Amino acid sequence: MAPLVSIRNLRVTFNGVQVLRGVDVSLQKGEALGLVGESGSGKSVTWLAALGLLPRHAKVSGSVLLDDREILGAPAADLDHVRGGRVAMIFQDPASALNPVLTIRRQLCEALALHRDLSGDAVKAEARRLLDLVGIPDAGRRLSAYPHEFSGGQVQRIMIAMALAGNPDLLVADEPTTALDATIQAQILELLSSVRREMGMAMVLISHDLGVVAENCDRVAVMYAGRIVEEAPSNQLFADPVHPYAQGLIGALPPLDGARRRLTAIPGTVPDPARMPEGCAFAPRCTLASEACGLVAPSLAPIAHDRNVACIRAEASRRALLGIAAE
Amino acid sequence: MGHFFAIRLGRAALTIVLVVTFAFVVLRLSGDPALMILGPEAPPEVLAAFRKAWSLDDPIWAQYFDYFGAIAKGELGRSMRDGRPAIELVLERIPATLALTLPAFFFKVALGIPAGIYAALHRGSGIDRAVMMTAVAGFTVPSFVLALVLVLVFAVQLGWLPSGGQESWRHAILPIATLGLGGAAVLARFTRSAMLEVLGQPYIRTASAKGVSWRQVVTSHALPNAAIPTVTILGFMVGTLIAGAVVVESVFAWPGVGRLLVVAVANRDLAVVQCILLLVAMTMVTSNLVVDFLYGFLDPRLRAKGAHA
Repeated sequence: MAPLVSIRNLRVTFNGVQVLRGVDVSLQKGEALGLVGESGSGKSVTWLAALGLLPRHAKVSGSVLLDDREILGAPAADLDHVRGGRVAMIFQDPASALNPVLTIRRQLCEALALHRDLSGDAVKAEARRLLDLVGIPDAGRRLSAYPHEFSGGQVQRIMIAMALAGNPDLLVADEPTTALDATIQAQILELLSSVRREMGMAMVLISHDLGVVAENCDRVAVMYAGRIVEEAPSNQLFADPVHPYAQGLIGALPPLDGARRRLTAIPGTVPDPARMPEGCAFAPRCTLASEACGLVAPSLAPIAHDRNVACIRAEASRRALLGIAAE
Repeated sequence: MGHFFAIRLGRAALTIVLVVTFAFVVLRLSGDPALMILGPEAPPEVLAAFRKAWSLDDPIWAQYFDYFGAIAKGELGRSMRDGRPAIELVLERIPATLALTLPAFFFKVALGIPAGIYAALHRGSGIDRAVMMTAVAGFTVPSFVLALVLVLVFAVQLGWLPSGGQESWRHAILPIATLGLGGAAVLARFTRSAMLEVLGQPYIRTASAKGVSWRQVVTSHALPNAAIPTVTILGFMVGTLIAGAVVVESVFAWPGVGRLLVVAVANRDLAVVQCILLLVAMTMVTSNLVVDFLYGFLDPRLRAKGAHA
């Protein structure tokens, strides 16, 4: 089956500094993909670049296929049709994501008018239905309110309603719960997965919270310094990470059951994109690094069905991991 | 909302009182009107009679209360030079000043705002840099220098336009250009930075992400937000319509309120100066009130705050 979205060798350069260094990732229809990694690893930039939402001074190259049609560098009119209509996106900070001087009705109906064949009262009825769907009480009256009259969680619900307005095939949720209280986080994630099920929509969940991703996604891609370093079904990645960075991330998570153990931190910091090391970007922090790691950047290669890893020691580190587990 | 405006009105009245008080005190401390108007050779008894006639020998606080008492009755005093009511002298000059400042205001808006928006939308382009260099030049060069340069080029060198006076509409062109160019420069820079600020906001990206065309993003999402800070500076410009042309009127010998103010200050013609300052304070304060009202109209967040204040 042809993937819904296929991103190949996506590179982004800001003012001569390469921040995405060849991202390969694809997504099936209806699939939920988690994208994890530290801040600055390029999670958001990947999707902003794919949708042409980066500032003009960003240089983007590579390929982004949506249903086998190239959308990278597509004419503005085509992109406007894709954005919101095929691929919708919601963002981290709900407080500033809605226009403060326009009513919710204006902003919601704008999306409906752009992507749906509705007019007059049908638009308003649909706007009310969407607000109901995302759980905004008293939707009819609240439509004429302004964003500042809602709480952060409610604004994120409205953002989701707006994203759903165009009946998209894919929803990219960029850290949708990071700015929210823990209790609201769970509600928003619950809402996202229920609308996804109802509408048969694919989702990319960008997060630095591994737990959130593990619970909500079928597959996870781990990003480090502008590349994907490991890609696997969620359960496999969490049970058996192969890339040393993925191992480090998961080692830093407290176990929910079993004996308490000392949490392990990854030594060092993410390299400055302007001074990327030769070879593997993770090598300077990697306890398993050898001389060979400093020579060539490893490419993302399959190690099993549906699993890809970018590490020249994929096999060796896998064995090392098994060794640790056996102790 | 009513409460919000009651507070604003109270502050406005206080501002006017403070301005008038300040002018009153400074004028009386900075020179003797009798000497200024009658000249140093005037006989002492004439000077004394003059001071007595205008109550200049009274203690300053007595003069001050008399002055406010008169204002309360609607009397703004008479010119010490020709005895005519000060308000008459000022009012007859206002049309001449407005003949310069109103066209200059429209010129500023028509040139400055589009230039600022264009520069912001094409940030870093050659046109952006050209607009900004012109704008910096426009508001760093003092208006009297700009006025003299314009006179030198268009009146002296090219001989296209008169260099001063008020005989025909052609005489108004250079003063209007002087006022307008400086103001347009300020407005262009201000609009550009307001626009850049707004274009960097997450809600602009949200609008693009939902498929709104760039043109629509600019007109229906960015401009209404950028209008909020721009209105502030526009309000200030409206406030200077009455007395914003003092320097330019002097350079071009244009008989407006500004010229009258310069002459009246030089002569210590107290009533006339105070009358002009009162008028200026009132226009400033009124335009600020209008700006406050427009904020509420443009920004729903302030509307809500006003309602609860």
